[in-house]
Amino acid sequence: MARLVFRNMVKFVLLMLAVSLVTFVLVSVSPIDPVQANVGQAAYVNMSEAKRAQLADYWGADAPLLERYANWLAAAVQGDLGTSLRYNAPVADVIASRALNSLTLMATAWVVSGVLGFALGILAGANRGRLADRLVKGYCFLLASVPTFWLGLVFLVVFSVQLGWFPLGFSVPIGVAASDVTLADALRHLVLPALTLSVTGVANIALHTREKTVDVLESDYVRFARARGLSMWGVLRHHGLRNLVMPAITLQFASISEIFGGSVLVEQVFSYPGLGQAAVTAGLGGDVALLAGIAVLSAALVFGGNLVANVLYGVVDPRIRRSEGGEARA
Amino acid sequence: MAEQEHGRAHEATRHQNAQVHHHHRHAPVSRHEHGHHLLQVEDLSVSFRMYEEGAPFFKARQREVEMIEALSISVHAGEIVAVVGASGSGKTLLADTILGLFEPNATVRGRVWFDGEPMDAAALQRVRGHGISLVPQSVNHLDPLMKVGRQVEGFAHPDEPRRARRRRRERLFARYGLAEHVARRYPHELSGGMARRVLLCCALMDDPRVIVADEPTPGLDLDLAVRALDDFRSFADEGNGVLLITHDIELALRVADRVAVFKDGTVVEETAVASFASPDLLEHPFSRALWHALPEHGFLPGSPLDADGAVQLPGRSSLHCGARLVDDVSRVELQGGNGAGATCPNASEPSQGVGRREVRDRNADEGAGKGGSRA
Repeated sequence: MARLVFRNMVKFVLLMLAVSLVTFVLVSVSPIDPVQANVGQAAYVNMSEAKRAQLADYWGADAPLLERYANWLAAAVQGDLGTSLRYNAPVADVIASRALNSLTLMATAWVVSGVLGFALGILAGANRGRLADRLVKGYCFLLASVPTFWLGLVFLVVFSVQLGWFPLGFSVPIGVAASDVTLADALRHLVLPALTLSVTGVANIALHTREKTVDVLESDYVRFARARGLSMWGVLRHHGLRNLVMPAITLQFASISEIFGGSVLVEQVFSYPGLGQAAVTAGLGGDVALLAGIAVLSAALVFGGNLVANVLYGVVDPRIRRSEGGEARA
Repeated sequence: MAEQEHGRAHEATRHQNAQVHHHHRHAPVSRHEHGHHLLQVEDLSVSFRMYEEGAPFFKARQREVEMIEALSISVHAGEIVAVVGASGSGKTLLADTILGLFEPNATVRGRVWFDGEPMDAAALQRVRGHGISLVPQSVNHLDPLMKVGRQVEGFAHPDEPRRARRRRRERLFARYGLAEHVARRYPHELSGGMARRVLLCCALMDDPRVIVADEPTPGLDLDLAVRALDDFRSFADEGNGVLLITHDIELALRVADRVAVFKDGTVVEETAVASFASPDLLEHPFSRALWHALPEHGFLPGSPLDADGAVQLPGRSSLHCGARLVDDVSRVELQGGNGAGATCPNASEPSQGVGRREVRDRNADEGAGKGGSRA
């Protein structure tokens, strides 16, 4: 157990180092000039050469890559993630204020897509070749090939513009004081982005669960259980679920990265002020501190998801739990 | 088990040893309780609708491939009948059919009686686990994520309280020398011997009259396998029937009362074990070839079972596994007998089998055992 914890901590630290370094390298090789990006095109053209140099110095654009990285890392280890250029605020504050929105959005989408996908997958697998299966498969293939942002736009057109059920964007009503925003308001703003994100997330897990259901139903132990008089649904209930839930859980925790990626697009479409939107802003603005902060946070989330998947694997599957060294499964 | 006493009352319905009757010869223990067979299968055909193999994807046509054709077999009260045939020749399909487990693209025809009752597809599904039980080959047939005890107790008998089933399971475990802590193990934690007894307990838990055992002693040498089958012997001695499916003729001759020789999807000869004393007592050329292949008769080169298996296995199993589903509705046309109480009809019309013949011809070309087809 101690070895498991230690190994995962080492992995985690190495991952954080790698992710932040890659972020710095990518920003430094990107053609975006932080000065130009942050003061705006018009201001930049009218700016004197001396002023530009001063700003470049202020934003540290001239310092060598490794020196900047070392400075950032030294501060980050002490808990200071730096200051965001675009938001002119500590990175930690920017992330904290946006993480709440994003995490609510992602958690909702994650749960809904997981539960819905799992149910649809079992339904399709148990009815292989029949109408229900074809419908689910068609739905999944269609959604798997639909770009998330496009689906978001369609939802906006249908539900916001034509039907008027949901607001067009943002996480709270416009022109309302923050203290007056009710939970109902926040939920109403959450529905469309979360729906977009869930609907596309369903395809993956549903198709995987369907395959797994087909495998399970063709397995020897299901044949034997049916030979002992259990009906198809009885078999699924008593033997199927526990064998199916394991891969589904793993997949769902491993798919946190995809939900994260999808949320970037969805937040753009819905002008939803979350981490994804901040990441785009930071990337386009050469705001390396904010970008590194978000990258590290999202990597930590994805790492956590995979870790939970591994641990849960052991909890559900006695073959792993009871054999020593449950960490063997990567 | 309540009928156990009745068996004695029907001693008179015994036939003479080796007397031919309903396509088969009896063994000394064979008896007709209540004047009928415990399990009787007549003219069973199973065919699969599938696309032609090897044809281009869009040109492949559907055709019917007969895997089991005009098969008849009977199990009497008190006996073990061994179905002996090459691996991959469709013996497991026979077990599935008796248990009413039909593939969606299968067409099943024939007549089946269980304990005197004519069965249709729905009836076969009702009696599985409630009269006919399967003992599968290996521990792979247990749910890997569920403790053994709970699995032996099973889920298909909601009318019986769970506690009562638990007590019965404990009694069975005690009787078969399985310690109580075995019940808390997972299937992968069982030793081979434990697994065999656990699988048997699964079947006995459901109080069957007939046990269908599908290769229940894999990987055991002959003496161990014979001893492992003692439990089946005592089950049969209590007035029940065992259909033992195996590819091992020696094992069959040691433990069974009667042997049904399975070849090319049908039973070519169903006879008492005693008939294997001399090839002259055997009627079918394939049975005689089996006799000659026995070690004590000098291992005539190439056991027909092996040769058959080697040739048949790829062809047949690929036909079986490579079946693409062409329709979803199970086309099951298992008819019951037409006359009420008709216990042993003798009708046996030659059945059609166009597709299957192609399979057989191919095998024949490759020099599989001669005389496989029953004209």
